[in-house]
Amino acid sequence: MPKLVAMRGNEAVAYATKYARVEIVAAYPITPQTIIVEKIDELISKGEMDAEMIHVESEHSALAATYGAASGGVRAFTATSSHGLAYMYEMLWWTAGSRIPVVMAVVTRAIGPPWNIHVSHEDILMTRDTGWLVSMAENNQEAFDLTLLMFRITEDPRVYLPGIVGLDGFILSHTVEPVELPDQETVDEFLPPRRQPYVMEPGEPKAMGNLVPDEFFEELRMDMQQSMENAVKVIKEVGAEYGKYFGRDYSNMIDCYRCSDADYLIAGIGSWMGDAKIAADKLREKGYRVGVARLRWIRPFPWHDLREIAMGKKGVIVMDRSLSTGHAGPLFLEISSALEGKPSMVGVPAGIGGVDISHDDVALFAEKAIQLIEENGRVYIPVMWYHLGKIFPTYPSSGVKLD
Amino acid sequence: MAINIKQLPKKKYVMPGNAACPGCPESMGFKYLGMALGDKAVVVIPAGCSSVIQGLWPKQGFGLPILNIVFAASASAASGLARALKRRGVDAQVVVWAGDGGTADIGFQALSAAAERGEDIIYICVDNEAYMNTGIQRSGLTPYGAWTTTTHTGKRQFKKPMPQIVAAHRVPYVATASVGYPWDFIAKLKKAASIRGFKYIHLHAPCPVGWRFDPSLTAKIAQLAVETGAWILYEYENGRLRLNPPSNRLIDPSKRKPIEEYLKLQGRFRHLKPEDIKMIQKEIETNWEEIIRTLKVQGDL
Ligand code: SF4
Repeated sequence: MPKLVAMRGNEAVAYATKYARVEIVAAYPITPQTIIVEKIDELISKGEMDAEMIHVESEHSALAATYGAASGGVRAFTATSSHGLAYMYEMLWWTAGSRIPVVMAVVTRAIGPPWNIHVSHEDILMTRDTGWLVSMAENNQEAFDLTLLMFRITEDPRVYLPGIVGLDGFILSHTVEPVELPDQETVDEFLPPRRQPYVMEPGEPKAMGNLVPDEFFEELRMDMQQSMENAVKVIKEVGAEYGKYFGRDYSNMIDCYRCSDADYLIAGIGSWMGDAKIAADKLREKGYRVGVARLRWIRPFPWHDLREIAMGKKGVIVMDRSLSTGHAGPLFLEISSALEGKPSMVGVPAGIGGVDISHDDVALFAEKAIQLIEENGRVYIPVMWYHLGKIFPTYPSSGVKLD
Repeated sequence: MAINIKQLPKKKYVMPGNAACPGCPESMGFKYLGMALGDKAVVVIPAGCSSVIQGLWPKQGFGLPILNIVFAASASAASGLARALKRRGVDAQVVVWAGDGGTADIGFQALSAAAERGEDIIYICVDNEAYMNTGIQRSGLTPYGAWTTTTHTGKRQFKKPMPQIVAAHRVPYVATASVGYPWDFIAKLKKAASIRGFKYIHLHAPCPVGWRFDPSLTAKIAQLAVETGAWILYEYENGRLRLNPPSNRLIDPSKRKPIEEYLKLQGRFRHLKPEDIKMIQKEIETNWEEIIRTLKVQGDL
């Protein structure tokens, strides 16, 4: 029988690894990720989880040990955040390029300097180009569900790429919410034993990751791109199956809230999209038809779905909790490239480094963006900073006067 | 441990047509590794000459399974791999085959941590005393006075005492070896494989390309390093030091060949001034003094 338990987001992820029958976990402590591995260690100590922990000396080694374990044929997991993720960046490429499925949780946090342990999306969005699948949870239940799903998806022979489950630092990682835990038997049915393209075995001379002719290197990257396209299909299929098993459907890569009759969409990732939904309701009370498109997946990018949802709207407002400094928010760039600039677009970097953003804030800057669109006919503003209740001048210059 | 050549596997573990330079000490060493451990070995190789020697996909120049890995990560990847194989009940010996840079410099942190955790792996440092694969740059294991492409007038620092550093982690087995003494190396590999926990073997590997000598001389130069006392063969078993032949006869300095015999064959020492040779001599003395001190403390001398 499934049971409802109150737990922090980090614990939800830890429990998901237990249900997934992960056998080896390698990790290094970094705030706000630490609870994940502490909880796993506790589950192992109590005999509730049959796994081994490799207590490595750094995040670079954490992913290397996870990779080594997965290459040896067992289900392996790690978790990190911020500087830790930056430190393991090289290994991200190595794991994906080897087509070795592993799952990692990234508890999103700002990257210094100056030191800041609070939520920001710089870290997780830095992984976009590495060949990992990247997803982002809105709440603790979803952090649990996505972790289980991620094992199933990454170990699908049509995919064979590693995957990241993102959850917002502190907002989810340290906040207690009710989470429904399934039966182990049902999970075992949903998630079969690990599959992977090759396993290191003594007596079988094969080389993983050795030198290749340049043409093969390029072909491998082409293959990985194909696998990402396959992953779209697999995510939808497996997400629907998840719904049948556990009652929560994940066949949509984008979680839409009041999108269909909306003139304006607020788009983004992570937990603050819950606030965006409240803001949308408020703006509707004021007469603006607003909906919310929350991207559950960043890689593969839900390109087709986004177009279906957003094309023909009057405007899309993208909330970015990070910035590709010198251009615009990474999500703004991703979303605007998918939409050929047809709707008006406004990018709003906000909440960076954990600056608190409430639904009132979202309603405020979204309304401002809508007014700009209505006054100017069509606008394209990559950066409209929102900081402590004020809207700030922008770069690159959009030609639109903001105040 | 007595080794009978008839009992060693006949199988080839280094294939003809691999990408090694002529006279390469690493392919010699790898051959001995195969002879010692046979099909049980699963090898982790970070960036370095041996990542190239394997040759281009889809060919494979080594007759053992190889997990290639980024420079800093070999001991960690090997830890994960060894644990996974053990969990699956597979009878294997995971071996790291890393160069001097990958061991003493960039990979040192992961090596130290794996030693501290007591991972059940054999870590081999194939020490050709510089970053040969990228074009002969100095490493923490380049000896005093040696020319490299980043020490044009000769390195001014001494070699890191890696075997002692690893032994200080109190791991069950640390040994030095040389490609000039295959039986000694094979015996040490076999012994290491019979011990559970973290094992470290430091294999001296003279490189004709980086050291500037004729490729036919690799084994001879390796032997000269030992005969002059510049490279000492020994092992620490559970912290107890023992000299191995022929080094055990060389405690007496008069039994050692003059260091010049070793240096003069190598282009990398061509520029040496007499005071440089004195410094090299001094480094050798220091190393021997340390060994003698330890043997005395143990009551073996
Ligand atoms: S540079 Fe030296 S160690 Fe490297 S492959 Fe050539 S001979 Fe071997």
